[in-house]
Amino acid sequence: MTTRLGILRDSEQKMPDVTFTVDGKKLTAPAGTLLIDACRKAGIEIPAFCYYPGLSLQAACRMCVVRQEKVPKLQTACTTMVAEGQSFITESEEIAAARKGTIELLLGNHPLDCPVCDAGGECELQDMNFKYGAGESLYTEAKRHRDEQQWSPAVFYDRPRCILCYRCTRICGEGMDVWALGIENRNASSVIAPNLGNRLDCEQCGMCIDICPVGALTSGAYRYKTRPWEMNHVSTVCTHCGDGCKVTLGIRTSTEGAEIIRGDNRDKSGINNDFLCAKGRFGFDFVDHPDRLTKPLVRNSAGTLEPATWEHALRIAATKLKEIRDTRSGAAIGVIGSNRTTNEENYLLQKFARTVLGTNNIDHERTTDYAAFARALAGHPGKTATLREIGRAPAILLIGGDPTNEHPLLAWQIRTNVRLNRARLYIANSKPIKLDRQAKATQEIPAGGYKNLAEFLDSGQSDFSKAVLAEESLIVIFGEEFRSAAVDELVAWGLKRGNIRFAYLGDHSNSRGAADMGLFPDLLPGYVPVTAPGAFAEYPNLPSTHGRTLPQMFEAAANGELGALFVVGANPISRLELDPEALRDTLVIVQDLFLTETAALADVVLPAASLYEKSGTVTNSFGDVQLARKAADRPGVRPDFEILVRLAGAMGVDVKTLVPFAHGSVTGDLGQSRGAQAGEADRHSVWLEANGLEPKLSPFDSLALLDEIQRLVPGYAPSESFDRFSLFAGNDVPSELGNSPGFVPISTLRGPDLIAPNHDGLFTSATLGRYCRGLTELEQHQETVKEAVAAAD
Amino acid sequence: MKPGVASIFSPTLAARFDVLVEKYPVKRSALIPMLLYAQDEAGYLSEAVIAEIARRLSLTELEVRNVASYYSMLRFKPAGRYNIQVCTNICCMLKGAYDVLDRFREELHIDPNGTTPDGLFSLEEVECIGACCWGPAIQVNYDFHDEIKPDHVPGIVGGYRGKAQAEGKK
Amino acid sequence: MPRLVSHPDEVKIVSRRFGQGATNIDRYIELGGYEAAKKALAQGPDWIINEMKASNLRGRGGAGFSTGMKWSFVPKQSAKPKSVLVNGDESEPGTCKDHLIFLHDPHSVIEGTIIAGLAIGAKTGFIYLRGEYRYLLEIVEKAVAAAYAHGFLGKRIFGSDTEFQIITQTGAGAYEVGEESALMESLEGKRGIPRIKPPFPAVVGLYGGPTIINNAETIATVPHIISMGAAPYAEIGTPRNGGTRLFCLSGHVERPGVYELPMGYNLKKMIYEVGGGIAGGRALKAVVPGGSSTPVLLPEEIDIGMDFDQVGKAGSMLGSGGVVVIDDHTCMVEFALRTIAFYQHESCGWCIPCREGTDWLKKSLSRFHAGFGRAADIDNIRRIAENILGRTFCPLGDAAAMPTIAFVKKFRKEFEDHLNGRPCPFAKEGVPQLAVV
Repeated sequence: MTTRLGILRDSEQKMPDVTFTVDGKKLTAPAGTLLIDACRKAGIEIPAFCYYPGLSLQAACRMCVVRQEKVPKLQTACTTMVAEGQSFITESEEIAAARKGTIELLLGNHPLDCPVCDAGGECELQDMNFKYGAGESLYTEAKRHRDEQQWSPAVFYDRPRCILCYRCTRICGEGMDVWALGIENRNASSVIAPNLGNRLDCEQCGMCIDICPVGALTSGAYRYKTRPWEMNHVSTVCTHCGDGCKVTLGIRTSTEGAEIIRGDNRDKSGINNDFLCAKGRFGFDFVDHPDRLTKPLVRNSAGTLEPATWEHALRIAATKLKEIRDTRSGAAIGVIGSNRTTNEENYLLQKFARTVLGTNNIDHERTTDYAAFARALAGHPGKTATLREIGRAPAILLIGGDPTNEHPLLAWQIRTNVRLNRARLYIANSKPIKLDRQAKATQEIPAGGYKNLAEFLDSGQSDFSKAVLAEESLIVIFGEEFRSAAVDELVAWGLKRGNIRFAYLGDHSNSRGAADMGLFPDLLPGYVPVTAPGAFAEYPNLPSTHGRTLPQMFEAAANGELGALFVVGANPISRLELDPEALRDTLVIVQDLFLTETAALADVVLPAASLYEKSGTVTNSFGDVQLARKAADRPGVRPDFEILVRLAGAMGVDVKTLVPFAHGSVTGDLGQSRGAQAGEADRHSVWLEANGLEPKLSPFDSLALLDEIQRLVPGYAPSESFDRFSLFAGNDVPSELGNSPGFVPISTLRGPDLIAPNHDGLFTSATLGRYCRGLTELEQHQETVKEAVAAAD
Repeated sequence: MKPGVASIFSPTLAARFDVLVEKYPVKRSALIPMLLYAQDEAGYLSEAVIAEIARRLSLTELEVRNVASYYSMLRFKPAGRYNIQVCTNICCMLKGAYDVLDRFREELHIDPNGTTPDGLFSLEEVECIGACCWGPAIQVNYDFHDEIKPDHVPGIVGGYRGKAQAEGKK
Repeated sequence: MPRLVSHPDEVKIVSRRFGQGATNIDRYIELGGYEAAKKALAQGPDWIINEMKASNLRGRGGAGFSTGMKWSFVPKQSAKPKSVLVNGDESEPGTCKDHLIFLHDPHSVIEGTIIAGLAIGAKTGFIYLRGEYRYLLEIVEKAVAAAYAHGFLGKRIFGSDTEFQIITQTGAGAYEVGEESALMESLEGKRGIPRIKPPFPAVVGLYGGPTIINNAETIATVPHIISMGAAPYAEIGTPRNGGTRLFCLSGHVERPGVYELPMGYNLKKMIYEVGGGIAGGRALKAVVPGGSSTPVLLPEEIDIGMDFDQVGKAGSMLGSGGVVVIDDHTCMVEFALRTIAFYQHESCGWCIPCREGTDWLKKSLSRFHAGFGRAADIDNIRRIAENILGRTFCPLGDAAAMPTIAFVKKFRKEFEDHLNGRPCPFAKEGVPQLAVV
């Protein structure tokens, strides 16, 4: 690897603690710790532009200079490794003067166009200048100028603003293993340069933009849209893939409500820490896509969908559902849930289906076989690995898949773990993947040969299997290549070996949550069989026979056996290539963001809020549960949770039986769903949260259901690790798959045909991805540059 | 070099490169000499030159450009057949290097970094070339000329012009 | 062919074979060549290093670090191959001594490299020449080929069981590459950006292995020390400054050239006797004693011995041996500008103070010299230089700052003469000469 400086910190190598003095305070840290790290840990901030934790050292900005006792020159804290008995001064007149001098030099050529700079207000150079710089400048020479460049739809580069800290080149190379940015020329003519001369051929993750301490690298999605201080920042969870990155959305009040201006990773507290891919960073623009549904639609007598009031649409939907239920029984209704709605919504949906509609005909577009995974692990808690654990595991076996494209955060965790902790990565795949570069060993597997892998490893005949078997502790990561029996076998193999934990990859932001929350015809939340409901016996009128799977619902519809199909945030017509004709005689009700192929067939379409417009918890592929917070606000749309409650209400149900809000005598404040910026009710909720109270005052407050989920769903029960305060503070808390009771597979409800993985890449995201214009542009850009590169070869 | 991929370099230079990439403990060490020798032959580092060198060393073109753009002798635009480099650093300056440079300007009717319309000469003001005791010194391509007086300039230019004619006739 | 000079005060050791046809290996052997390598091979590493220490040879590149000490830092055992790296990236303005060594005596460099390799247990030596020295590289490459043909290099040098290979390398125009860690980067095919130290090259150097890096003159001196013995060599110079040094006398002297004089030779004498005094009978205004990065000395400051310690005491540095003599018709503002223009051009751009500081200084000095200066500029130029001094990633920043501070301090009057719209008092035809590279 071309890290210019060979200093890699090896976390496996534990050095003895040493004691040293900083500004008169005695500090202790392992020998060899960088002084800047040791100080930051002790709350002593040492300024730096080029130093960035986890990236190679540069010593280029000279801002972190400190005085070391008995050393003649000022030393850079970013390259000084602490040793016993050393003594340092980090703030003094001399040091302040040095920093001031350096900033003054830096500001010479810097354009000082702060009033129009995107970074103005959140610029490290401004902050540093505020602290150390001079109020006046003696620079009277001409500034160097170069025109701004657009490298891709996502990345713009303004050379004069660049302070050459080399964070971008390092995050792109060392962090992303993309190496698309370099340095050209020398002296004051030095510039950052993209790999195609003036264009970028890369993964378009935008990491370079976020890591830029100034406004040199700006985002195509954000530039010149606002001043940073006009935004509020809401830390929530990305709505796209199954990795569950925390994303910070920059929100600005608009005439429409609250619009999302920017996505970034400013909240580094998430599993993803520094990381965010193109989807997380730029894939929020679907929210204000012109095709976004903002009014309910009802099919009129002429057969066309026309806008309707919420009351009207809900009344139609409720009346018809009730009628079909009462005349033809619940078995004549099918319900399809979503991979992107929250756990509370999914839970409510299945509860609604089972207790209000009276049917177990509920399913979702399964992207991987979580049911098989849960069954295989039943009774074996502690055998799954969180995404954080993957980031520090000593050894990882990755079977199949292509995390770089389909699970970018997983790929980042693995890469970072290999780079910083020298983790050993083993890859068994039918094709070469980019992570091979980090692998200690790779093993080619025939495309259909994954099911024999355990046997192959056990044989111990290849160097690969010997190395894998020699690992004391191993995390095995696999995906949809393993389904039903193959999952059982692989997990059984791992359980037998004892030192193995698993991660099983699904596609979307809450695919795992959809499975965990029981969007199955045979399984209740927590993979509890409907035939043996256990604690769920408290559900009134719970049907005890299993229902229809998604394909079976369509078969039933085609045969005239399905009176109604209720689809929440799913597009099975397009995704599973089902025949729309099957639904000719079926009442179809769809809740979605857009008029998808499925919604277009509906009799009633209810415009739903996206994940960015509501609150609730989601569970990523690894079982990490996180709180999604409402960021944007759009008039006309309602969270799926609220729609379900209203629908149930319109059907005459006492909604308290569905949502246990308003315990005791407290009555609801219906302002909860108005959003985090919307005034009184929200300040109330903020106060409640701040005082450790849950704001479960409204039937539309989805978190009111979290109690019930935690009470009834195995794996989500309160525990030391599944800590509600930690969850509400914005941390990821692990759910537990091994607590499920286990169940007998029902052959008709299983089978590989139920699993339809989407294999979304860096710029696609199933149906939702079509409405992410920024991602489409990036994909087109990448296609164009790839063609150009191919033509040049 | 992948078999079947044609080289843009002369067979002699291509063969030299084949040797050069094996010369050092690490292949990449051949980069700077290769860039220089390729420039000697091709006149400058064109996209094609960069692409082939990158391929030969298993580097990205970006890496090659990053390195090439660092070194002042390497250029990305054509120069004259005879690139006249006048050192004007302190020692040469003290001995009248700027007068020499001016004389070249007049003689060739070009400014520094310019090339004559016939492509024969280009003129460059350069930093110290390591001939400080023999200044003013110039280099024409790689040939040193020491203790130059402005009056020598027409002779030097004429000499190279004659050389070009002689080579052209061959 | 650069003019060779000579003076009776010279003590010719390194330059002993100049002009003797020693590029030819047979001639070199006839002149006693490769005997030192054989002697070193017979005596072994400890002996070599002790001799080097005893010789008081100090690095000729500019820093003046004891060569023997430097060699002794290399660990005896190393998992990665050790290397000797000869720094022939001679680029400090005022310095052209290595030029002559490569031109007249390339085998002395090869032989010195072999001895250095024997001393530290390296199997490979690298000789790096700056890109402008193409014709010298060809001479060196021929000499290396001849040494291989004679069995002095290869798997079994001089018929012994010891292996030693030499690999030559060219630069492509970069002063910064003269810094030892930047040199390694360049040799590894990268941008010439210095490395963070520690680790020092003696521990982690070229290709990650322990490496000693010596200036070409230092290496060329090694065989002579081994041949003549450390004590006689050390005796030639002053205390702690062993032997002779190639002084490059340039600028306004009657007889410029490279002279080999004992360390500690009087600077005034060097200019007025060896160099024949100021050219054209003009008066002396200033002397840059050790290459462009060393602070300028006034005529009254030059009655000093030219060794590392005495020049240091006089507030400057012996540097790389480039003595630049400046007469009284010279504009010191222009000289300062030309000096800083060089460092601006050669700054690698890595760290802020050097990259931005040299750029600012060049712009200010250009404007100032062009007659657009203001009184405040004078102090500001000095202040900018002081902001660079001691704060940069590598010594290039100091190399730019130190002379600038000295120019302002010692020639303030000349700066003041440029003020108030007056053009440079020294400019011809009233038009200021702008040095803009």
